[in-house]
Amino acid sequence: MAHDAHAHTDGHHAGEFSHPAPLWMLFTVFFALLGLTVLTVWQSTLDIGQAELWITLFIATVKAGLVILFFMHLLWDKPLNAIFFLSSIIFVALFLGFTLMDAQAYNSQKEDRDTLMESLPVVKEAAAPS
Amino acid sequence: MSDIAIGADDHHEHEHEHPSWLAHHFDDAEQQFDAGKLGMWLFLVTEVLFFSGMFCAYAMYRHLHPEIYEFASEFLNEKLGAINTGVLLFSSLTMAWAVRAAQLSQHRLLISMLAMTLSCAAIFLGVKAVEYSHKWSNGLLPGKHYITQGVLPPSHDQYWLYVLCTPAAICLVVFFIWYFMTLVKSDSFQRQVSGPLLVAALCFFGGVGLGVYLESLEAHAHVSHATAGSEHGHADSSHGDHAHSYAAEIATIAPATPAGTANAMTAVVAVSPVIATPGSIQAHPDQVLIDAKRAGIDRPEVNQKSKAGLFFAIYYMMTGVHAVHILGGMVVITWLIVKAARKEFHSKYFGPVDNVGLYWHLVDFIWIYLFPLLYLIK
Repeated sequence: MAHDAHAHTDGHHAGEFSHPAPLWMLFTVFFALLGLTVLTVWQSTLDIGQAELWITLFIATVKAGLVILFFMHLLWDKPLNAIFFLSSIIFVALFLGFTLMDAQAYNSQKEDRDTLMESLPVVKEAAAPS
Repeated sequence: MSDIAIGADDHHEHEHEHPSWLAHHFDDAEQQFDAGKLGMWLFLVTEVLFFSGMFCAYAMYRHLHPEIYEFASEFLNEKLGAINTGVLLFSSLTMAWAVRAAQLSQHRLLISMLAMTLSCAAIFLGVKAVEYSHKWSNGLLPGKHYITQGVLPPSHDQYWLYVLCTPAAICLVVFFIWYFMTLVKSDSFQRQVSGPLLVAALCFFGGVGLGVYLESLEAHAHVSHATAGSEHGHADSSHGDHAHSYAAEIATIAPATPAGTANAMTAVVAVSPVIATPGSIQAHPDQVLIDAKRAGIDRPEVNQKSKAGLFFAIYYMMTGVHAVHILGGMVVITWLIVKAARKEFHSKYFGPVDNVGLYWHLVDFIWIYLFPLLYLIK
């Protein structure tokens, strides 16, 4: 009896694991992505200085999120897959973050050297190509 | 728990015969599907980490030298980039639709969706071929191969485009002959495979045509904007700035090419009100400097192998590796078309379509970041 029940649930599951995405959802996501592409192209014509890069990245991330969640079906997927993918994003953030922190770490040293060079005319002359 | 497992095994041997699409080491269709999908996600994780190396190089260099990115990005045609973004997004839609068709056993629809995805990939590569060849013939090359811009006249040489089109042309001929043979022999399976391949090969040339058209449009826009710029006195839009760099280029080469003198004279006249505005950097005797901030050729401090050349090294590496992924995707989509033509997919066996779809969406995902980061820098 228990065995029968098990077999039954098995069969039930096997029939159910495909979730065809409704077409309206696919089209909505597609047009949203197109709209965001137009938005990001239009935004690049504005002159907003330093914030531009962050707005660009924000729009790109929203687009990437739409692709991941709906086209790649992660919203309905096993949580383990989502954890894997998020972990890769976290490691990329660590990688980029620490590298950029390191790039800025030498700025103060460079400033020190520049002030030193200016305060010592002899060094400056020696360093300058004749 | 264990006795259930034994019971299930028993059950297996006696009642369940394994269907051909279910590998013998899996208990059921869902387990097979989940295992495959888990593996695919792991692969995608390695892909993200792999691309992150290049994004790191990009971020580091941009952080250190934002001015090089502003300069070099001017040479990328954002219209072509935007078109390619749209094409890839559409191919993602058709791929997602293909997965749905596989789940619902809609065999014909599945083949057409896969064919459309393949064709979009071909259009993407066609446009890319125009972009690359245009840059190569103008010396916008990586690293030490970079040629300082503004020294040579803009080239409209199509040599590299022919080189890049040759493999596609060979494919086109082969697929055409194959498709013709299947028509003669009325082999419906081979026709269903060769048809999409033929369409994709044609689409590559469609992409090339589109790219050439948009590229020529850009050149015309430069000339007309140069005249418009003279009426308004100064440049407000980015296109106006493009125009200045173009006009300056003509002006620069004028002494060298007598044939172009008439042309160059009009260009100089066209931009003369702008020349009158105080320039911020010293003019080279041979060069007409206009908008020092934006016009590409007036930036000697970045217009060199060790500066802009490095940007193009990063550009070619990122877009090139992405294009290789597109090619790989086209190979696996072709494999799916073969399987789809055999009507292999149904609600319990669609893993290959789903997993290739995941890969394809990831390639789109990467491009979503590449496009604004490379093409849309001000």
